[in-house]
Amino acid sequence: MPFLIGLRRGLSSWIFRLLGRKRTARIGIYGPPNAGKTTLANRILRDWSGEAMGSVSPIPHETRRARRREGVMINANGRSVVLDVVDTPGLATKIDFHEFMAHGLSEEEAKRRAKEATEGVIEAVKWLDDLDGVILVMDATEDPFTQVNVVVVGNMEARELPLIIVANKIDLEEANPQRIESAFPQHPIVPISALEGTNIEQLYEEITRRFGR
Amino acid sequence: MNGVEMDLVSEEMLSSLTSMEKIRYILDNVRQGKILVLERGLTPEEQSKLIEMTMSEINLDDFIGIEIESYPAKEESSLLRRLLKKPSLQTRLTMIGPARHLKTLKKDREVISALVSMR
Repeated sequence: MPFLIGLRRGLSSWIFRLLGRKRTARIGIYGPPNAGKTTLANRILRDWSGEAMGSVSPIPHETRRARRREGVMINANGRSVVLDVVDTPGLATKIDFHEFMAHGLSEEEAKRRAKEATEGVIEAVKWLDDLDGVILVMDATEDPFTQVNVVVVGNMEARELPLIIVANKIDLEEANPQRIESAFPQHPIVPISALEGTNIEQLYEEITRRFGR
Repeated sequence: MNGVEMDLVSEEMLSSLTSMEKIRYILDNVRQGKILVLERGLTPEEQSKLIEMTMSEINLDDFIGIEIESYPAKEESSLLRRLLKKPSLQTRLTMIGPARHLKTLKKDREVISALVSMR
């Protein structure tokens, strides 16, 4: 069944583009490390193109290079939007290789990962200049008032670009998406579980509403 | 006496600097181990530039990055700005220090609690 859904969606995307009605918005998926950005990117791509974006891991900074998939068409509630989806490395203001060693990496591996992670953060910041909108993924079990979240929200507001906040990990008992809603009341917030697909259709509706042009 | 130096930086001093001068001033001081409290913070663009430059200066043994916390910007909506439909964002008090010595304990809209360690 998922295969048939993917085939139908892939076919409609192809017809849409063949008819020359492509209206692409370049959308970055942002957030702190381990918020579930790549899990969400994988979910979106599997649902609409049948592919995956990248691997996920409990060790922070698994994504250390931005990955981009072009021409992903999303249909929801009678609207369509074609996206270039950019899965960005986790934003951070500090990187300590000792934290990677605590996850079982050797000192050499941890230092290499830390070095690559710093380059990934720089790349993620530079991508902000080239986007039409952002999906900001927050971990609903964590405090939403982190500086990384404040910086991304502030940059989108200053650039007057559309932003959707995703309160991820609502499958976990300690998740509190209401805390995110009260922290950033001026933006649309969609509580989801990217891992289990909970509320994902609601997110697609919000994506077509906010990023459709 | 052992301790961590903390500088309270006035809005006047910051506004006399260009964006790059502000970021350089912050990073040079934080790399020396100081904690800075800025009376008026950085713009979102300056904050993302500060993150970018911090990453380029991380040295895995000596400097692991910064801890930065600020209150979300406030919308400044004078009558003129409302008429022009151009509200501007007013940046607010910001604390920045070396990540090795400064750790945020709790933050909400009204209070930032931080721990300064001497290790």
